Amino acid sequence: MRTPLYDAHLAAGGRMVDFSGWEMPVQYSGILHEHRAVRENVGVFDISHMGEFFVSGPRAAEWLDSLLTNHAALLAVGQAHYSLLLNTRGGVIDDLIVYRLDHDEFLLVVNAAKIEEDAAWMKSRLIEGVTFENRSAEFAALAVQGPRSSDVFEKLFGSPMPAERNRVSDVGEGFVVTTGYTGEKGFEWIVPAGGAGEAWSKVLAAGALPCGLGARDTLRLEMCYPLNGSDLSPDHSPLESGLGFFVDFSKPDFVGKAALVAQKASGVPRRLCALKVTEKSPPIRPHYGIFAGDIRLGETTSGALSPSLGCGIAMAYLPNELSRPGQEVAIEVRGKQFRACVHKKPLYLKAL
Amino acid sequence: MNVPENLRYAESHEWILVEGDTGTVGITDHAQAELTDIVFAEPPAVGKSVKAGEVAAVVESVKAASDIYSPVSGEVIARNEAVEGNPALLNTDPFGAGWIYKVRLSDPAELSALKDPAAYKAQIGG
Repeated sequence: MRTPLYDAHLAAGGRMVDFSGWEMPVQYSGILHEHRAVRENVGVFDISHMGEFFVSGPRAAEWLDSLLTNHAALLAVGQAHYSLLLNTRGGVIDDLIVYRLDHDEFLLVVNAAKIEEDAAWMKSRLIEGVTFENRSAEFAALAVQGPRSSDVFEKLFGSPMPAERNRVSDVGEGFVVTTGYTGEKGFEWIVPAGGAGEAWSKVLAAGALPCGLGARDTLRLEMCYPLNGSDLSPDHSPLESGLGFFVDFSKPDFVGKAALVAQKASGVPRRLCALKVTEKSPPIRPHYGIFAGDIRLGETTSGALSPSLGCGIAMAYLPNELSRPGQEVAIEVRGKQFRACVHKKPLYLKAL
Repeated sequence: MNVPENLRYAESHEWILVEGDTGTVGITDHAQAELTDIVFAEPPAVGKSVKAGEVAAVVESVKAASDIYSPVSGEVIARNEAVEGNPALLNTDPFGAGWIYKVRLSDPAELSALKDPAAYKAQIGG
């Protein structure tokens, strides 16, 4: 599949790769260069492959609150938050952003690889008084990220970018929200697919550097933002993944709640930890073994060479008792072990 | 793409400069451009015996690890420690400061299996 910006990517020198069925740019000018642009200046990512669901009706909030972990009814109109869709075992089906567009109208932005699965799961649980529409094909989206994203915002929309995160701005066609996946300030602009090319050109003209999935991955991993399918899975609960903050146990019920309550009571067996390599090493990649002495504890779920820190970084599920910051482990690369330690999240903190 | 005239090339994008019974090995300009930002290089140990077509070294970009295949057989007599400290040399000067190792050729006849610059140019499309 291709996003409406496929030709624009080729024109910008994008190197296309397969990303869960989508032909997406992994990089244009170079991952390190693009990573730096977002940390120091401003970059733009095509995120049109992600899915857009619209949920509306008098019982929309109530219905979302029965399916998702966070508390949609508490969102003010114009606010957004991160939430999780769980299976009945408390495992993660998908992570998503919920936007309250109006009192009875919500927009959900979900992962590209999960559009069909999420839609099927949600539709099968639909109740009266709620309309669910999967309108993923109708929308493109751009993520503009970096300290200078506010300049781009002003040039595009003629008003200052909201200082607060998770704010929806009304810009006529489409939606603009101060959200992102990089740890920098920025916004995501969800536009009708037909307007994608024009939006892309305007964002580039306003000074943003085209950035690909490669930089998106290193940026989000430095912040320890999980990637579904790698760090999140149907076999791990959000409590294991360190996402308990986005689970509202005060809600009467939601799919997976009973399993999470039980897990809380019996103790969370393993935790998704951030790891930092403490000696010179090759870049860390997913599925590298983690060891404590001769004991294999698990494997990395994500890994990279951190462009900002200049060392190997990773995430991995470790037994609860070995999950505290400072815990020493080793990561195996091609049969050789390299010293690493569990690090407080995020791995990268911007010097202010 | 730069394809120097004085080198021979492997289909897997390594070059070799032969001087007497010694060969200097690196990766081509085309290879470094394909790999993009090289952030790790592990040249083989001195004394290691390498075989033509077998893995002799590893280089890694931000995105992927790539095996480097020895264009010839022989014993490694030097390794470029500079590229270990500064792997970006493979990007900036692939035919010069970015060399990876030197090998004493055990079978110079293997050189005839490698490509001349014209054939390599044709392989990479110009």
